[in-house]
Amino acid sequence: MDEQRHKTAQPQGGEGKAPSHGTGHHEHHPELSWWRRYVFSTDHKVIGIQYMITSLLVALFGFGLMVVMRWQLSFPGKPVPVIGPLLTAVFGANLAPGGVMTPNLYNSFGAIHGTMMIFMAIVPALFAGFGNFVVPLQIGAPDMTFPRLNMASFWTFFVGVLIMLGSFLVPGGAAKSGWTSYPPLANVSDTGMGFEPILNGQTLWLIGMAFNITGSLLGSVNIIATIIQLRAPGLQWMRLPVFVWSELVTAFLLLLAFPPLESAAVMQLMDRLFGTSFFSPDGLVIGGRHWPVSGGGSALLWQHLFWFLGHPEVYVQILPTMGIVGEVIANNTRKPLWSYKIFVYSLLSIGFLSMVVWAHHMYMTGMGQSITTFFQIFTTIISIPSVLLGTVLLLSLWGGSIRLPVPMLFALAWLPMFGIGGLTGLPLGWTASDMVLHDTYYVIGHFHYMMAPASIMGLFAGIYYWFPKATGRMMNEFWGKVHFWMTIIFFNGVFFPMLIQGFAGVHRRWYDGGAGWQMAQPVLWLNQVMSVSAWILAIGQIPFIINFFWSIWRGKRVTSDNPWQANTLEWAAPTPPGHGNFTHPMAVYRGPYEYSVPGAAHDYLPQWVEEESKVPEPKLSSV
Amino acid sequence: MEIEIPYNVTARPDTGAYNAKIGIWLFLASEVMLFGGLFSAYIFLRMGATHWPHHLLNVPMGLFNTVVLITSSITMVMAWTALKMRQFQSYRRWLGATLVCGVLFLCVKSLEYKDKLHHYGVILNNGQEITGHLEMTPEEAMKSNVLRILPDAEDAGSFGYQLQSIFGRPAAAGEEKVLEIPKSDIQWWSNFTPRYSTFLATYFTMTGLHGLHIIGGLLVLGFFWGPGAKLYRTNPEHLANRVEVAGLFWHFVDLVWIFLFPTLYLL
Repeated sequence: MDEQRHKTAQPQGGEGKAPSHGTGHHEHHPELSWWRRYVFSTDHKVIGIQYMITSLLVALFGFGLMVVMRWQLSFPGKPVPVIGPLLTAVFGANLAPGGVMTPNLYNSFGAIHGTMMIFMAIVPALFAGFGNFVVPLQIGAPDMTFPRLNMASFWTFFVGVLIMLGSFLVPGGAAKSGWTSYPPLANVSDTGMGFEPILNGQTLWLIGMAFNITGSLLGSVNIIATIIQLRAPGLQWMRLPVFVWSELVTAFLLLLAFPPLESAAVMQLMDRLFGTSFFSPDGLVIGGRHWPVSGGGSALLWQHLFWFLGHPEVYVQILPTMGIVGEVIANNTRKPLWSYKIFVYSLLSIGFLSMVVWAHHMYMTGMGQSITTFFQIFTTIISIPSVLLGTVLLLSLWGGSIRLPVPMLFALAWLPMFGIGGLTGLPLGWTASDMVLHDTYYVIGHFHYMMAPASIMGLFAGIYYWFPKATGRMMNEFWGKVHFWMTIIFFNGVFFPMLIQGFAGVHRRWYDGGAGWQMAQPVLWLNQVMSVSAWILAIGQIPFIINFFWSIWRGKRVTSDNPWQANTLEWAAPTPPGHGNFTHPMAVYRGPYEYSVPGAAHDYLPQWVEEESKVPEPKLSSV
Repeated sequence: MEIEIPYNVTARPDTGAYNAKIGIWLFLASEVMLFGGLFSAYIFLRMGATHWPHHLLNVPMGLFNTVVLITSSITMVMAWTALKMRQFQSYRRWLGATLVCGVLFLCVKSLEYKDKLHHYGVILNNGQEITGHLEMTPEEAMKSNVLRILPDAEDAGSFGYQLQSIFGRPAAAGEEKVLEIPKSDIQWWSNFTPRYSTFLATYFTMTGLHGLHIIGGLLVLGFFWGPGAKLYRTNPEHLANRVEVAGLFWHFVDLVWIFLFPTLYLL
């Protein structure tokens, strides 16, 4: 792309109709080598794209694991078709004899599916991918405040991904203790005969997570500092696009919630490598044998430290999508968000409250009535700002002249998915109902509605929305719609039956999908529904993958720097933006959602245009 | 090429800070949470413990290290002030003093570690715990059927005794008798490694992580003392900012020790 940009370099186009090319500061500098430009780049846009591509590949891999697991759940004990021999070849006859998934392999797949999807796919894609690419552009900055730290952040994360992937290849396979790595199980698994002292699944899980945490720490410091320091003149706090707000809150969550998990990981590493007992209680007996440690530790301690991250992490995954959906909805309804202020304050209160609800994952641990009461109250309270956010987005549709390009379809679909995900969470937030539903497929259905349909709807909305800015070409509309309908329908096909199965009491960790339990027989047929949906969902992603790559090189060229006729600053940059982003310094004159302002020449008033409009300086785009 | 980032050296008027200062404060916030996780773990484990050892650590040594670190914080500020006043030689001297203090801290700390690893504990079949020093080499102890151990003195937890013990075996030790314990009476014996008890696990983990921070700080400060100081010729203000930011980190590491010392040594 960059080559092409240089061949067609034109004089700077300014605000003209034809897209200007990002040649701004570029010509004054000596050419960077290919490695420095595309691989070890310090440019926030390249790093954003690196994050995005890596996490999309990880997401595909994590989804692949689940596609195989769904076979085992529907047809327990039967050899996996097509890729069965591959499983045996890669994991050996111990883990996959004759192409059949053993319980250990199933557990490995489950643990790594969860870990990679959450920590290495959704969060890096939404937070780091879009955050790196979009945030500096939206605030009119030339780059992130610390470009080299930014590069370090990506490569630390990347090493974490490689370690996690590589853990499949060590003797005994990858971690098997779930994505939560609860001790004492996680302390004792992958130890003893046939396991290496360091190169074993669970230890590598901890090391990989340490890399991942460090990378996200560097990234969040960078995002916050960038938003605080590099806003263009005139871009006051209440003129920030909602996506920037959501990234800011998310970055604070990552910054403050992740370190306790890092300290927990250090302690679990000590337990595994030096035989300490941070998480091993007194008198721990494993396999009929007294586990040779001093004891005195607490398994509950791990759960506290883990969920102190784990719950904010849920909001880390959903907040950036709220920002994306807010951008896309305001742009495609051609009117301001229903209330910008409520949106921003709700984001901030969710950010704060999400730090004090973690123990609602632990009602069944017997931690005591007063503690559960505290966490029930705050869990219920946090639904208020969440509902406010959904309401703002829903009411924004009212009275708009709605356009329906592909990003808007995904943004609209985000609303009901978020609704289902949120409402199904309420019964889990109260101890009385959680006792029945805890650890059933209902929980899986609930949190997947948040993390899969909702988060991924937001992810796709963002990809289709910002793709023209990144590449200068639009993604194909027809195949985008095919992708959308395949995704929305079969996502629900996968996850809605889980809620039903959960009510019937099907346990989330059963390796046979419930076949061995008499009471589960009436809902067993849903396993096939879910599995077939998952497989069609996989097929439904093929149009996206082809569309994505085809459009990079062959897609329809954009005819303007601002193809969606949007107001925020990223659309003032050349397409695609060159190193240093803007061809002239940015200044901001109004809020981000001045759509359909009465008396204006167009139905949009970009933030960067100083127009001698008849309207007085418009108030914030809020009620 | 690197892009010129605004407010790298000068402060942004409305926030009143240059970029790295915002960055380091954010980083320190996350560090607070990192050590906060460990401190909460300490509280959580101690609250649930049936038995928690006291006076196991050498208070005079810990106190000495506290003084060393506080001194290093002062010299750190002096180094930064010297740089702000553009007194380069003075800056090098003060920063050098900070480095010496950091290294001194690590030396004392490793002596303490060594001390712990040569200290033994025996748990008898009846549950009684005896701590002391082996009167035989560890290799002999592994092979032999009897452990010869010199138990700790009654007043081993006192300040004076611990102070003397730094410079050799205290005089009072003569009164103690070497015990010979047959291995058949012993449930478990080991030196004071992290796995010996929850207390030692927390001690080694927390001070170990703190020590890693000291080493990291020394590397950064060493860089600004040596090759990094060249920046003085082209942009002294930028160097002063860098030293200020590194200093903030150093003060934080100092502060962590101020919390670690009473938590582990005194309480």
